[in-house]
This record gives sequence, structure tokens and C-alpha cells, in this order.
Amino acid sequence: MADTLASSANGSNGSKKAATSIGRDTQPSITDNGALTPDRHKQARTQGIASAVDDLIADFVAECREMLEALGGEIVAWEAQPDDRARLDSIFRFVHTVKGNCGFFEFPRLEALSHAAEDALADVRANRRHPDGALVSAVLAIIDRIGEMVSAIEAGEEMPAGDDSALIEALAPGAEGTAAPIAAAAADGTIKSSAAPRTIRLSVELLDRVMSTVSDMVLARNELARRLRESASDVPVDGAFERLSSIIAEMRDAITRTRMQRVENLFVALPRMVRDLSAELGKQVLVDIEGGDVELDREMIEMIRDPLTHIIRNAVDHGIEKPAERLKSGKREIGVLAVSARQSGNQILIDIQDDGRGIDGKRLVEKAIANEVVTKEEAAQLSQRDQLALIFSAGLSTASHVTSISGRGVGMDVVRSNVERIGGIVEVDSRLGEGTRMTLRVPLTLTIIPALTVSIAGQHFAIPRSAIEEIVRANGESVTLEHLGGAGVATIRGRRVPAVPLADILGLDSPVSEKDRTLIVLRPAGGDVYALSVDRIHDHEELVVKPAAPAVMATGLYAGTTLADDGSPILLMDPAGIAQVGGVKLEIQERTARIAEGPAAAVAKATPVLLFRGLDGGRRALRLAVVDRIEEVAVSSIKQAAGQLRAQVGKAILPLAGAKLEDLPDGKLRMFRLNDGSHEIGYAFAEVVDFATIDSNVIHSDCPGEVSGVSLINGEPAELVDPHWLFATHVGSAARKHDALVCRMPADDPWMQNMLRPMVEAAGYRVVTDGDEASADLIIAREGDEIGDAVHAIYLRSEPEPNGKKDDSIYRYDRAGLLIALKSANAGRSK
Amino acid sequence: MNELLLVVTIAGERVAFPAAAVESVVELESLIPVPRAAAHVAGLSALRSRVLTVIDCMRSLELGETDCSDGIREAAVVELDGHHYALIVDMVEDVIEALSDPTPVRAAMGAGWERVSQGMVETEEGPLLLVDVAALIAGSDARAAA
Repeated sequence: MADTLASSANGSNGSKKAATSIGRDTQPSITDNGALTPDRHKQARTQGIASAVDDLIADFVAECREMLEALGGEIVAWEAQPDDRARLDSIFRFVHTVKGNCGFFEFPRLEALSHAAEDALADVRANRRHPDGALVSAVLAIIDRIGEMVSAIEAGEEMPAGDDSALIEALAPGAEGTAAPIAAAAADGTIKSSAAPRTIRLSVELLDRVMSTVSDMVLARNELARRLRESASDVPVDGAFERLSSIIAEMRDAITRTRMQRVENLFVALPRMVRDLSAELGKQVLVDIEGGDVELDREMIEMIRDPLTHIIRNAVDHGIEKPAERLKSGKREIGVLAVSARQSGNQILIDIQDDGRGIDGKRLVEKAIANEVVTKEEAAQLSQRDQLALIFSAGLSTASHVTSISGRGVGMDVVRSNVERIGGIVEVDSRLGEGTRMTLRVPLTLTIIPALTVSIAGQHFAIPRSAIEEIVRANGESVTLEHLGGAGVATIRGRRVPAVPLADILGLDSPVSEKDRTLIVLRPAGGDVYALSVDRIHDHEELVVKPAAPAVMATGLYAGTTLADDGSPILLMDPAGIAQVGGVKLEIQERTARIAEGPAAAVAKATPVLLFRGLDGGRRALRLAVVDRIEEVAVSSIKQAAGQLRAQVGKAILPLAGAKLEDLPDGKLRMFRLNDGSHEIGYAFAEVVDFATIDSNVIHSDCPGEVSGVSLINGEPAELVDPHWLFATHVGSAARKHDALVCRMPADDPWMQNMLRPMVEAAGYRVVTDGDEASADLIIAREGDEIGDAVHAIYLRSEPEPNGKKDDSIYRYDRAGLLIALKSANAGRSK
Repeated sequence: MNELLLVVTIAGERVAFPAAAVESVVELESLIPVPRAAAHVAGLSALRSRVLTVIDCMRSLELGETDCSDGIREAAVVELDGHHYALIVDMVEDVIEALSDPTPVRAAMGAGWERVSQGMVETEEGPLLLVDVAALIAGSDARAAA
């Protein structure tokens, strides 16, 4: 493809633009190094020093900003846990750094502020003082003031006016200060206390330029590869080319990732913001943040920062009630604001959920009628969902009075238009009195997604791998294809799913007969399973997806475009869109129901696993076959009993694995019910991530434990939970009950019945008493008791010292000795 | 006054694109069709590492279809709302200077031309129709397709 230049005059040609900007960049250095006349020499030197100081100040400002950003979350976390030494240290380090630099640059006010804060924190570090609410607020106020001053320095303005002495006085012990803020507890450990990694600042434009150059390089390499294949092969040249290829591939990978950023960067400021807001409003709000490790294009992160902030402000201001009001309506006085991010197919979903008063749909409609957004007739037609969606209309707000927090004329309509501008959607769901959930759905633009390439009539398409459940051949053994009234139905191992030929949907003529096609079983996000038939499947590839033009997106079939390795464009299919266009009727099914049918649908060859996140956030996988179903239990029914956690489900008490007493969530807990055929245990988890198969090697763990190994699942490592170990550990004695060894002990001995019996049972015995006819494998008796013939007998004596040499009895508190005896009796029988 | 114009031929007619809107002129080699997309979307093509959405100007103007089967087609690359488009034209001629601001065309044009017209501009080579690139990209049935 040649670039014939047409519009040289307008200068918008890429290479020309680059050339001019380089010229501009280098210009100053040319003049600096240019000939200097002696009388100008001195002046130039002082300028040089001044600019060196400016550089240092710029460095100082940048350093402060970075530290301030990182601190936002730390401070709130510190407030929740004042004893957290690591966090205290990092705050101390900040004020210390500021103080040190200020002395050098002569910023007396900054120095006084940071000095005062440093002193107060030093007292806390030396345990001379306890960090109370007042101190934390005072330190926060000082850090804010420092932030303002740093911004002023950066902009080259005068310092903001104001007296700092009040702030410094507030630090004194027992100072009246601002009212002790009501804690907004920190997110559940998502904020790391580690120091920020070393970073440099680059413009996104530059990254884009590098990225496009690298892509061009890939294309040039492909061209070269083609030429090399055509000419006679020369082994050393081929070898060198191979090396070049792999270096380019690695470079491309690295460059692509530079544009990605963890959503955490967006979330890290939230706890602090909510804390300040709620303190100002006299509310108590707990922030729960999840999914900070989801990666998004950094530009996208910037684009959703404002909408997200606005939604959160709204939730705290209008959603969550004041503590007294909450108590009156039977809620906990602390409101919960849950913010979570997750990847779903070709979108990133960010949920903002509060448990506040919810949105009053009726009032919204009244207001909309009053403001002539809708007519009365239209209003009568609105469904509950449509009513709520009115919140996004211009000029509507349910808050009866404007507050300083969210009623600044910026409405949800602006939020929506901002999100839609980047191709996203905002959804709202609310129940009056129970809370509101806002969902931001933003596209995965420029996000790397693993995809499967398929072809229809020679044209390639990509399908996001996350939506693919399995791939079967249409003429395979366990697959039949039928037509009912023109609609295709595939029966795959007894499960009937709608079958949609991709060729028909796209209106392409496929040369491959129906029988020879391949069926891809897809499960779009939020939809039901269907099978898509394609001519051929090709390859798994990691693709960089870019948004397609509106005219292409209007089809509803595509999620974006991408470039294949040979430089040709490929369309990425949207599984949900295909289902819609293909007329697949989606049933809204409970997720649990789908999970329950999971095992039957599993691919026979690869081991199907359920990918989930544990309570501790760990990414784990369990073999699907052992998961019976998902159960939700009230946390109040989970008790620490008999050495481990047990959950009561109906009338059964199941041992509960995967959880510790201290990290049980509030309210309800979800757990997998695992079944080994005769016993059940529960395994607690936070959320199901996906179905997957183990397709790469498993690295086995060295020592036995809950995790048997690690494997890459969907491109990320996941721990494989060892069900055998789980059952062996948690069912233990219960599992052996039926064919357990029988131990007889006297019924009339309260010590044995009360003290010894549990230990014997724990060792795997079924305990019977004298009256029981069952033949005993082991008899425990007091010293001197007469017992008949038995395989094994243990005599207990009540004195520590043996009664003569022939005494083989065991002292009754010799726990180790007793256990050995119990074990050896057990071993004797097992043979 | 001295706005630059790119003179192209569409369906045998000489018209002008505002040169500032045009990034470059390329020769399209391969076209990947986009099934189910609006008719004037001829397909996708790649320019260096960017994906171009190729617009068939004749289809957009409802003046027939450009024959893409004979290989190389000339196209003007424009950017609109962050997306890059290649507008297939019969031929790219030259860049010339506009001698007047656009004035309304009072004569009756075809419906397609009417839709994309930004008025008439005077040039040294006589009056030319100034085409609204965005309207050309939107096409006639954009609304129906969406």
C-alpha cells in the first residue's frame, strides 16, 4: 500500500509532522551550545543555574505529586488501623521529604507545615502519642494544604493565601480541631502499602507513535519473511531473521502493555474521597473495592474518572442516608458503597452499588412530567426500568435541594454522554429503600484479548475466547444437528442448544456443508448458551482490539477490529450480538443453574475447571466434577466447631474449607458444595470467574496442601485446589465412620466417656460400650479390669509411674502414648 | 479565502474535499468486506497499523457502485471522531486554492449530492462542489441501518 502524497501543503502528513516537532525540540539546545560572546557569557551562566533550580523544583513537584497520589489510600487505611506501622511510616516519609526539600528551596510555609506534621507523627512513631481521629484529620488537612501549595508552585503562581497556624495548632494533643471524622474504613486490603514503583512520565502521543512504529515493523518483518521464503534459503540468514522476529514480537508485546493500566489507579483515590465526603455530610460510609487488577487502556481510565467520581458523589450524597435515618429504617448505621470492576466478554464492567435509599421512580416520573421531559401519556407507558432511566435525562435530579456535593448543575445526563462518547453504557438499577446500582460498561478498546480466529468462505473473523465454552465437530460422535421449523438445534452430549450458522448471519455463501462445519459453543456475558457453526477454526491469538467505525458497529455483530499478524484487518465478533441477530432466544437463567449443568457440558479431553476467586482474593480453580452446586448460607450459621469451621445447610452440617473465621464476610457467604460420592464439604468463595479448561501444564506443588499445583488458565496463573486433600483433611474421621474400627470402653467410666472418647473418635474409631454386641477391634480398659480375647487392648492407669516392669498399661494423660497405641491398633487391623 | 481543496472525481464528476480534512491519499490493495454493514461500507483495509473503514462514495451518493474487483483503487484518508476512513474515488487530481467561501448551490442537484453538499466554491478551474466528508461517511441509509 503506497502513500501518494496529495496534500503536502496542509502538513497533516504523519512523517512531516514528526519531523517538525523533532526540529522544535532540539532547537533550544542548539542555541545553548552556540557561540557565546564573552559579555553574554555570565548572563547565560546565571540563566543556566536558574534553569537547573527550576528543574530541581519540577522534580520536587513531580515527586510530591506521586507521593500524594499514593498516599490518598494510605491515610484512610491508616485511620482505620492506626497501629499499622507501615502506613504510618509512609506518611511520615512523605512529610519528611517535603520538609527536607523545602529548606533547600526556601518555601518557609511548606517547611513549617511539614515540620509540624513530622513532629506529631514522630511522637506517634515513638509511641508517645496515640493516633486519634483529631490527629488524623489534622494531618490530612496539612497534607491537603501541602498539595495546594505544590500545585501553586507547579503553576508558578503565588502561594494560596491563608494562615497555616490554625492547621498546626490542630496537631497539638487535645486540640479541638475539626470534628473527629467518622471513619470510612479502607478497602479490603486492595491498597498495597508498598512503595510506588519507579516511574517516568511520557505523553500518550509518544506511546502511540512508538506503538504504530512497532506495528509497522511487524508488517515489514512479514514482508521480509515472504521475500526470504521466495529466495533460496540461506541457513545463517534464516537464523538471524528468526532472532529478529522473536525480538520484534517481544517488543510489540511490551509496547502494547505500556498503554494498559490497572483500574486500581482509578480506585486508589476513592476511599479518601468517600471519607471526606461522608465526614462533610455527617454520614458513615464503608467502601468496598474489588477487581483493581482488571486492566484497561490508560486513556479509557482517564475518560471514566469523572463519570465514576460523579456517580460516587451522588451515591454518598443522595443514596446513603444519615446514620439516624438508616437505623430508623432498620439498616446498619454504616452505609456500604461497593465498587467493583470486572471483565465481561468484550467489555469492562464497573459496578457502583450502595445500600442507601434507592431511587424513587414515581417521583422521577413526576419531575420529568413537570420539566416536560416526557408527556403524561408517555409516562404512563414507562416500565420500572424506563422510569429509572429518566435519571439520565437533562435537567432532572431527584434531590429536592441542591447540595454543595453533587448538585452543581452537572447531572447524570453529562455522566451518560461522557460514557457514551467512549462507546460505553451506563445502566441503573435501584430498589426503593434498598439501594442503587450503577453499572458502567466500557468497551475493551485497545485491550488485548485472547481470541479464536475462524473463517467463513475464506474470510477470517475473531471470536473472544472468554465467551467460548467448547468446540465440537458437527459430525462428531456425541453431536447431532436437527432442524425444527427452519431453526437449527444442536444436541451435544444430551444438551440441546440453538445452533446458528455464522455464514447465514453474515449472509456469506459457505462452501462447507453443514455436516463438516465446526460448532463453537458460546456463552455470551449475561446470555444463554448457543452453538455457532463456522467453516474452519484457525488459531488462538492475542489481539489488540480497536473500536470499529460507527457504520460497522451499527450492525450489532462486531465488537471491534483488529489487525492480524500479516497486517490484514480482522473483525472481532460480539457473541451477544450474534445471538441477538441470529434470533437466539435467551433465557434468563440463574447462574447456579448453569453451573449445575456444567459438568455434563464439559469437554471430555481437557479437564474442565471452575475458575473462581477465594475469600482471600486468590485466583483458584476447582475440578468441575467435584462441585455439586453453589449454596448461599448466612454467615451466622457458620460456627467454629470441633476444630474447624462448619456451615449449617438445612439439617446437614458441612465442614467448611476455603475460609478462616476472621475473614468471613458479613451477611451471606457463597460456597461450593463438593461431593465425593459419599460425603460433602463446603468451600467458601468470593465469586465465580469463569469456566475453563486446564490446557497448559500443571506445576505441581512440592508439599501436600490445599493447593495441588499452579497452572495457566485463560492466560493467568491459577491455583488448583486439591479436592482429595480437602476431603482428607476436612472430612477426616467422618469419612471413615461406616467401616470404622470399633473400640469398646466401659460405659460407667465418666472420665473415659467424657475425656477419652472424643480423642478415640478423632482417631477414627467408632466407640461402643460394654452393652454393645459389636465385635470390638480395640478395647480400652482400666488397669486391672478383666477383658476377654481381643485383637488389641489398651490398659490405662491413673498414676504416671508404671506399676512394675511387666506393666504395659499407659498413663491416662500420656497423650502421645495413647495416640501411638490407638494408631498401632488401627494399623494392625488394616492389614 | 485561500482554503486548500483536494479535487477528486466521483462518478465522473469533479468535486472538492476540504484538503485540511484529508490526511493522505492511498492506493487500496485489499479489501476485507464487512458483512451486514451498510451498503456504502465497502469494507476494511489496513494502512500501516491502522484499520481503515473504506467508504464507497458512489454507493453513499446512491450513484451506483464502484467496481473494486480490478484491484487498486485510489482513496482519500480522512479522520472523523477518532476513526479513520478511506473514501474511494475515481481519481485524485490535484490540490488547488479556493477563491471564495462556499455559496449555496441554487440549481437542483441529485438527492445524493444535495445531502453531502457544503456549497459551491470558486477556483481557478471554475466552480466546484465542496463535499461534506462527514455526510459522505454517514451515507444515505446510515439511519436505517442503525
